[in-house]
Amino acid sequence: MTSAELNGLYQQMILDHARTPYGFGLTEGAISRSHQVNPTCGDEITLELHLEPGTDVVSSVRWEGHGCAISQASASLFADLVDGLPMPEISTRIDSFREVMRSRGTIDPDERLLGDAVVLAGASRYVARVKCAMLAWVAAEHAISLAKAA
Amino acid sequence: MTMTSSQTVAQPLTHSEILAIREDFPILSTTVNAHPLVYLDSGATSQKPRAVLDAERTFLETENSAVHRGAHTLAALATETFENARATVARFINAADDEIVWTSNATEGLNLIAYAFSNASVGRGGIEAKRFALSPGDEILVTEMEHHANLIPWQELAARTGATLRFVPIDDGGSLRLESLDELVNARTRIVAFTHVSNVLGVINPVELLVARARAVGALVVLDACQSAPHFALDVAALDVDFAVFSGHKMLGPTGVGVLYGRSELLNAMPPFLTGGSMITTVTMESAEFLPAPQRFEAGTQRVSQAIGLAAAIDYLDAVGMDRIAAHESALGAKLADGLRAIPGVRVLGPGPGEARVGLASFDVAGIHSHDVGQFLDDRGIAVRVGHHCTQPLHRRLGVVSTTRASAYLYTTDDEVDELLAGVADVSAFFGAARRGARDERPAERPEMRGTL
Ligand SMILES: Cc1ncc(COP(=O)(O)O)c(C=O)c1O
Repeated sequence: MTSAELNGLYQQMILDHARTPYGFGLTEGAISRSHQVNPTCGDEITLELHLEPGTDVVSSVRWEGHGCAISQASASLFADLVDGLPMPEISTRIDSFREVMRSRGTIDPDERLLGDAVVLAGASRYVARVKCAMLAWVAAEHAISLAKAA
Repeated sequence: MTMTSSQTVAQPLTHSEILAIREDFPILSTTVNAHPLVYLDSGATSQKPRAVLDAERTFLETENSAVHRGAHTLAALATETFENARATVARFINAADDEIVWTSNATEGLNLIAYAFSNASVGRGGIEAKRFALSPGDEILVTEMEHHANLIPWQELAARTGATLRFVPIDDGGSLRLESLDELVNARTRIVAFTHVSNVLGVINPVELLVARARAVGALVVLDACQSAPHFALDVAALDVDFAVFSGHKMLGPTGVGVLYGRSELLNAMPPFLTGGSMITTVTMESAEFLPAPQRFEAGTQRVSQAIGLAAAIDYLDAVGMDRIAAHESALGAKLADGLRAIPGVRVLGPGPGEARVGLASFDVAGIHSHDVGQFLDDRGIAVRVGHHCTQPLHRRLGVVSTTRASAYLYTTDDEVDELLAGVADVSAFFGAARRGARDERPAERPEMRGTL
């Protein structure tokens, strides 16, 4: 009884990531942290970056928060995508993701840049859900700027 | 319970009456996502019958001009229709015409009161307004279930004046805990502001108990009637409140118009909030004298067609009968809450089985976020509200971040409630069980497509 559109929004990989998120749970030793809130629904995320000592490579993204399946899956997919990447590269991918999410479904996501996170592109057709998908990525962008300033 | 006995004996609307009512609301026969619209978000804003749309259009096509300004024929006609609209509102809540102040919405009405008190606190309004002045040591009392609109203006007033903001706590079932009311409302209490009906819990608060205690200590009572005025007969004189506010858009009227009721003796002693044209008698370069209420509080060009639309909405509600609307909605509220409670994993906030509630229910589906619930229902054309419904402290108190709310009105059918219940019953199957826990291993199924650095 559910429509193709709804199944397109909630793809199985999204539901799997939402149920069993990757990178969930904060640990000691982060270089920077960002806390973001979506004021329309009260969803929150705290995201931290851990660096490989002496480099700008993010060894791991850790996060905690609560929110809808889209926001939780998005944080999980983000952590999975960027662990092991240097910060400038992560910024490029965040920019690419934002462009897709703002496109209302008109820009196809680049799988080489976004990996599994391409499954989130369906949310770009739902104006009310773009913020959900962006939450972790905005937190990461903020955390990167804090890490650079540190 | 503040419903009068006549409401409990009134007959709910019959199915054919509801179908006839629905014919008057063009939007109710539209489709959403290829399904007939099931509109269960009237608590946020109601739909409008043709009579309201027509009243606005007719006014704009035949009488439109500035009210209370100018001597031409149209200006006189417009002023008369505008003032008749005020009289319609006054009759609807059993007040006098000059006790009705037009606002943009309930939020503005509450801010108007708070800012009038604030202005009195810095000496505006002279000796007459001294009774509204607050200072350190004074207390303002709200409740833990308030909409942000009836919380933040008082937080700000307290911050500006040094007064202390306190609140009546609620119990786990969402009822006000009144056992310490005598301490909470005390000799220092100046304002008691609370909602008549909670927009989240659907509970009807015991106005008479709070008013009696406020009277005993000389505090003023502000009633947020946003979720009561649209749904059952509201008699401000019988309730004996000092101020009441509500919004036109939640009661079949247009957006952009709301009502502040104030006892005329109080309104005429209060300093204004917004100032400017249309609210003055004599103006010099140094100062101004103000008109009595209600004009004192209606600075600037007014929302005329909206006020006229609101009066048409009230005529519509009166023709159906507020007591019958209340009976219909209380039956729908019970069906909604009982039906939701019967679905595994669903927790309904507010009054329990058999306890009075208006026609709304907010609920949590275990392990599934309200945004996802709302998105799933929207796919079937069912419109509900999701989030914290402008009541973050209430949600926090009840241990939920957000909920889904279904709210009915006079045009809501039993079948629509059934569709909602069927939809909610399918939500868990679609999203699967609650979160199983975090994984530390990278998702195994992910293909190697990480891209080059
Ligand atoms: C109980 C209550 N109070 C106040 C408001 C604020 O109404 P408005 O946004 O129309 O000013 C609402 C509506 O959302 C409400 O439900």
